[in-house]
Amino acid sequence: MRKLKEFIIEKLILICGLASIFFVVLIFLFLLKEGLAVFKTVGPFKFLFGKSWYPISEPAQLGILPLIFGSLLVTLGAAIISIPVGVGCAVYIAEIAPAKIKEILKAGIELLAAIPSVVLGFVGMITLVPLVKSVFHLPTGLTALSGSIMLAFMAMPTIVSVAEDALYSVPKTYKEGALALGATHWQTIWRVMLPASSSGILAAVMLGIGRVIGETMAVMMITGNAAVMPNSILVPVRTLTATIAAEMGEAVVGSEHYFALFAIGIVLFIISFAINVTADLFLHKRQ
Amino acid sequence: MVKFEIHDLNIWFASTQALKQVNLEIQANEILSVIGPSNSGKTTFLRTLNRLNDLNARFRMTGAVELERQDIRGINIEDLRRRIGMVFALPLPLPLSIFENVAYGIRVYGEKRKKVLGHKVEEALQQAYLWEEVKDRLDESAFKLSGGQQQRLCIARTLAVGPEVILFDEPCSGLDPISTAKVEDAMIKLKEKYTIVLVTNNVKQAARVGDRTAFFLSGELIELDKTEKIFTAPCDKRTDGYVRGEFG
Repeated sequence: MRKLKEFIIEKLILICGLASIFFVVLIFLFLLKEGLAVFKTVGPFKFLFGKSWYPISEPAQLGILPLIFGSLLVTLGAAIISIPVGVGCAVYIAEIAPAKIKEILKAGIELLAAIPSVVLGFVGMITLVPLVKSVFHLPTGLTALSGSIMLAFMAMPTIVSVAEDALYSVPKTYKEGALALGATHWQTIWRVMLPASSSGILAAVMLGIGRVIGETMAVMMITGNAAVMPNSILVPVRTLTATIAAEMGEAVVGSEHYFALFAIGIVLFIISFAINVTADLFLHKRQ
Repeated sequence: MVKFEIHDLNIWFASTQALKQVNLEIQANEILSVIGPSNSGKTTFLRTLNRLNDLNARFRMTGAVELERQDIRGINIEDLRRRIGMVFALPLPLPLSIFENVAYGIRVYGEKRKKVLGHKVEEALQQAYLWEEVKDRLDESAFKLSGGQQQRLCIARTLAVGPEVILFDEPCSGLDPISTAKVEDAMIKLKEKYTIVLVTNNVKQAARVGDRTAFFLSGELIELDKTEKIFTAPCDKRTDGYVRGEFG
């Protein structure tokens, strides 16, 4: 009787464990089923590297290169801003801040993570966008730069908390060893703590970037949504995610346009899968 | 010459008292062994000398520790730690080559000239009795060394920055008897140039290398005397019981 109970519970837990993988596979298969249909009319090469996205013109032009560049540009900008600030913040919290300030900062960062992205987009629209417009004397402040700055805020909590964990996991003896040699606090951080936790910090960065590249709402509101090849960070761009969100409602089910949006979903899925696997590799290297 | 003078030293971590009213002097060029059961405060005592306890937010002390008649709290902390090197229980090489491990501390102080670095590294490795074993493979990873060699590498790293005092915190606790003997030989030769404080759980080690031995129990310094006296005719019954292995 007890053996039977054990057996049932074990199998139930097994099912729970497999469920997450099962769902991921299902989602991917569904994306493939809907998305691959687009390649009947557009070649994969033309789809990925085509420079114009005019899905409702006749005939439709379905090249997503401007969208890929839009996503990469916004992500790169966000990474350039959020990595130094985020890692710096993690170092401050883990190594320098007195206990009280540490608590306040950690609460603040958790709060930042809890703000819905649509609210961040909203705030960005009324504060950041006019600021970018007037600082750079642009016709519009709805640019890739605005998106980058806003997304940097969204990547920060992930980067800070994972990097902070990585710093905490450095054995105490490393730090004491360096200090006992007469190294200053800063030399200890720079030459011992950061190198010793580098794989964890890289994982933090990758996870932060993963979050940025999948973000939709805020970028849709403040990047201007122009599906053209960007030639600088100060022009409106459109990301992969924003394209799906903006156009799915108006695409006719079963049309070329509809399938193309699913194919964009596949591209996104592959990008974020690759980023997550990379982050995982770094994390495992640490252990 | 008196190197360290410790007056009325009391230490607390939060509300737990770790050291009680400790008074002692450490002579230059001697090996002072510190023995006692665990939780007797001997490591706390050692870490007070280079102010490593200051890392603990709950640490509090009264009394004074003087290095050559100067209160250590009045000395710049990096300078203090440069003058007082420390070797830890577990050998802790950095993930670098043998050469770079020893050069590390010197580089921290801004030395960049290759010739000076090479010279200092060789000198430190020789003093730690490791040079002959590693001179042909300085570029190999330090992790390829045996445990005993790694510990002597850490001694060399400490020596390379030119300290006056070396603190050993149970330096042989993870080593086999042969490696232990090599580290002990190194210590005995080092006292010609340096002052050595050795915390050890191995009573026999204290008897082998110490000029004087201090016995700590529950945060109190019970007895401090010449090593032969501690091991043959101690004044306090508790010392006698500990060195004969009756408790601890």
